[in-house]
Amino acid sequence: MKVTVNITRRPEIADPQGTTVRRALVDLGHDAVREVRIDRTIHLEVEGHDSDTVHTQVSRMCEQLLSNPVLEDFEVVVHG
Amino acid sequence: MKVAVVVFPGTNCERDTVHVLRALGAEADLVWHRETDLSAFDGAVLPGGFAHGDYLRTGAIARFSPVMDEIVRMAAAGMPVVGICNGFQVLCEAGLLPGALIANRDLAFICKMVDVEVVDTGSVLTAAAMPGQRLRIPLNSYEGNYVLPDGSPRVVLRYVDDPNGSQDGAAAIANDRGNVVGIMPHPERASDALLGSSDGVVLMEGFIASMEVSHA
Amino acid sequence: MPDVSLAPEEDAFVPDPDANREAVYRLLGMSDDEYRSVCEILGREPRPAELAMYSVMWSEHCSYKSSRSHLKRFPTDAPWVVVGPGENAGVVDIGDGWLAALRIESHNHPSYVEPYQGAATGVGGILRDVFTMGARPVALWDQIRFGPLDQSKNRYLFGGVVAGIAGYGNAVGVPTVGGEVDFAECYSGNPLVNVMCLGVLQRDQLVLGTAGTDGAVAILLGRATGRDGIGGASVLASASFEEASEAKRPSVQVGDPFEEKKLIEACLELYEKGLVLGVQDLGAAGLSCATSEPAARAGMGMDVDLSSVHVRESGMSAPELLMSESQERMMAFVDPSEVDEVLAVARHWEIDASVVGTVKAGGMLRVFHDGSLVAELPAASLSEDAPLYHRPLGEPHWMEDIWAKTLTFVIRPGLAEALMKLLDDPSIASKAWVYNQYDHMLFLNTVIPPGNDGSLIRVGNTNKALAVSTDGNGRLCYLDPRRGGGRLVYEAALNVAMTGARPLALVDNLNFGNPEKPEVMWQFRESIEGISEACERLGIPVVGGNVSFYNETDGVDIYPTPVVGLLGLVDPMPESPPRLDRIEEGMSLWRFGPEWAINLAGSAFEKITFAHVGGRPSAPDPTMAKACIEMATRLVNELGIPALHDISDGGMAIAASEMAIGSGQGVRLEFTDWRHLFSEDPHRFLAAVPDELSETVGALAVEVGIPAARIGSFGGDEIAFEQGGIRAVVALDAATETYKNAIPHRMSH
Repeated sequence: MKVTVNITRRPEIADPQGTTVRRALVDLGHDAVREVRIDRTIHLEVEGHDSDTVHTQVSRMCEQLLSNPVLEDFEVVVHG
Repeated sequence: MKVAVVVFPGTNCERDTVHVLRALGAEADLVWHRETDLSAFDGAVLPGGFAHGDYLRTGAIARFSPVMDEIVRMAAAGMPVVGICNGFQVLCEAGLLPGALIANRDLAFICKMVDVEVVDTGSVLTAAAMPGQRLRIPLNSYEGNYVLPDGSPRVVLRYVDDPNGSQDGAAAIANDRGNVVGIMPHPERASDALLGSSDGVVLMEGFIASMEVSHA
Repeated sequence: MPDVSLAPEEDAFVPDPDANREAVYRLLGMSDDEYRSVCEILGREPRPAELAMYSVMWSEHCSYKSSRSHLKRFPTDAPWVVVGPGENAGVVDIGDGWLAALRIESHNHPSYVEPYQGAATGVGGILRDVFTMGARPVALWDQIRFGPLDQSKNRYLFGGVVAGIAGYGNAVGVPTVGGEVDFAECYSGNPLVNVMCLGVLQRDQLVLGTAGTDGAVAILLGRATGRDGIGGASVLASASFEEASEAKRPSVQVGDPFEEKKLIEACLELYEKGLVLGVQDLGAAGLSCATSEPAARAGMGMDVDLSSVHVRESGMSAPELLMSESQERMMAFVDPSEVDEVLAVARHWEIDASVVGTVKAGGMLRVFHDGSLVAELPAASLSEDAPLYHRPLGEPHWMEDIWAKTLTFVIRPGLAEALMKLLDDPSIASKAWVYNQYDHMLFLNTVIPPGNDGSLIRVGNTNKALAVSTDGNGRLCYLDPRRGGGRLVYEAALNVAMTGARPLALVDNLNFGNPEKPEVMWQFRESIEGISEACERLGIPVVGGNVSFYNETDGVDIYPTPVVGLLGLVDPMPESPPRLDRIEEGMSLWRFGPEWAINLAGSAFEKITFAHVGGRPSAPDPTMAKACIEMATRLVNELGIPALHDISDGGMAIAASEMAIGSGQGVRLEFTDWRHLFSEDPHRFLAAVPDELSETVGALAVEVGIPAARIGSFGGDEIAFEQGGIRAVVALDAATETYKNAIPHRMSH
């Protein structure tokens, strides 16, 4: 099954990269940009038929390795 | 003959570069990235560092800095333009050199002396060196792995023992005309035997001499 | 401050019968007595913002309340001390109008929570401490300690910390030129991450952390303030005890080296143009500290308007703004006529700046938020009235036992085998895996690079060079904190001397366990005593330091681990500074210092080959220490000896092997008692001496009054230890491979 994992920095944690990119965009004239946050997307293909089981498996992977729970949240989307 | 040493926010080798250029007899001044007139200069160095924090991609934001229009003009006019390390990345992002620099093969920052071999003396940086000459120069980079998909770069310096996975062992490449050069190791850091090597002097001297030639 | 309308004073802290206020101040880490003191100072109960300020400023971290009474023991005076302990960094005179600024800090707990960011923000913080003084930071050193690398958690922490130091230090553009790496089981749940920074400045650029005079304007520079740091502030915003507990979880600070680099350049320009009266960086207690401390130092008060602070998040409360630990921020105090120029400098360097306060005579710190007065307290009360504890201390009952626990060797162990085992131990092996990730060459002044005993940093455009050595040894201090503390100072001083430099000043980072345990306080006191005695004997002032307590896991304390950073000066710099790679074939190997060293207590040899930690380490000998230091400096400066190496971890066997590995020359060494090879007794070093200098060296040793002997020679492709017919041999290639790969192999798992 195809799975997408979106790893996002927790909202209260600073994102210096996003801040800098926002500045650059404003510099280029895109001054409507209020905030930029840069996150990561990971695509996986996982063997299995039951999307709940796969969801649980991938969530475990996020906790173990894919995300840094101190800084990041994750969202697992299983595509049928 | 005066060299513009361009300072982006986050550049950090600018003072070292100016120091060495001046020690070799060239005039050199720091130029802030918002500068829009470099008509007083005869050549430019984009020094190492982390322009704009290297955020998004190395060099990606720097290429839009106001000063880059002038760098493009100087390159087109045949004046010597050299990018060192991060400056190399900026020149690639700006399209003045082909290809791109990606993370080192071993995904770790590398700070050590490397040996490079002069393979092409037709560039402004290698003009004073001898073909086949070996130089010891410090390498300090994380994104130092040069790639040019579907092409073969004009390599002017090649690693003797490729430390970072660069295509064709490229340590420095030039444009066709030879006046724009990107080099990943730091020649300005090899300018004093007390610090381990003075092999970079021949490169910096070549650059300074080229400035006079291009002007003539 | 520009037009803060004086709002009517809101009622101070209306008691809410439903709120468990006691729980709130306790959650903020305050004791009942401390809370009572606050009420006494204010003559009333504190408002939430006031409680926030006292709780952070009176924390152990900021107030040194358990340690202050002991820190007074350190000798701090010398004619060349310009700024001693108490400011952001110590400053010493290095002659001809030049000053050097030095500071050390720990980031132990944040590095355990998030190793990359914890270490990175530690680097950022120490840099600010140094450029706050007006100095350009020129070099960094890191002293890092972890549990054994056979555990994956330790590998993760080690890798993350090194990456964080590299990530921040390389990007901010200050070379990381050395430090220490050590491994021991006691650091498994509690790694130690200390970082030290050296800065250089011209005398007239010195800036202090003072708020200046009545009417001076406070300008906050740098990163926008967000809800960064320990979640203490949100405790105050929480309605219930349960909610408050949840809110207290740590919120990790994220460093931005790019912002810091701009901040450094902007501040240095402000100093160069003489635009500031004083500067204070924002560290652990954020705005609470950056307003109250400079005001107190100036004998002033201040009006502060939190609504003017540039923020990253909206809706932040006054306690949150006051306690935020957002990184890369500085507070500048400037004359009102120069505000526009200061803001222009900030704009040029593309950093944010906001005018947040005005300095007032009278000593009261008044804080406004959204037009209301949220705090009004004597500025000095946050620092000067902080609690002071004389915690009970007592010698641990186990000391006699561990001293009695000595190893007896009936037969001589296999020497070659022991050597290889030591070379393969990550504590001893090459640290190139670490320092090759650091940019240690920037600024073109790193004359003696990492991989040698001390670092030597040229001071640009002068003939001077500054030498630095940092030393810690938890095992030694565990076995005898007083002897251990003293020996650290002597070792660091010798390391500095081996670059040719004269020891000048010391900073210390005191990493200890739980101070509420009498044994820990005893270790603490004893270590300070040992360090102080040694400093007195050598005439070295202590110009700054840091204390980190509560380094424990599940009630088990770390080894007492004081770390010292010693600064030395050599002027003029020797023409060919000694480096291990200058050793050539045919040179002789000389040993200097006591020859009777057979004590193996606390040695790496006993720990690594027999898993034994026990016995009592030898006491230092101040007279011998001084002779040793004099000998080393004269060997370098008068005779140009190409390489010297301290005998420390692993003893003479490792010292000689490292000289061989560092130069690619084999070494042959004659010994009389095999224990001499592995003893780590102090005040001893090796040197590579060209034969033509033998007589001169011997005569100099007699003059200085230090035992010296030619014990071997360099050349060939072996490391060989010989005694009569006994010969223990290791191939240099094999030793080099083992030494270089010990850490990379373990980290590639």
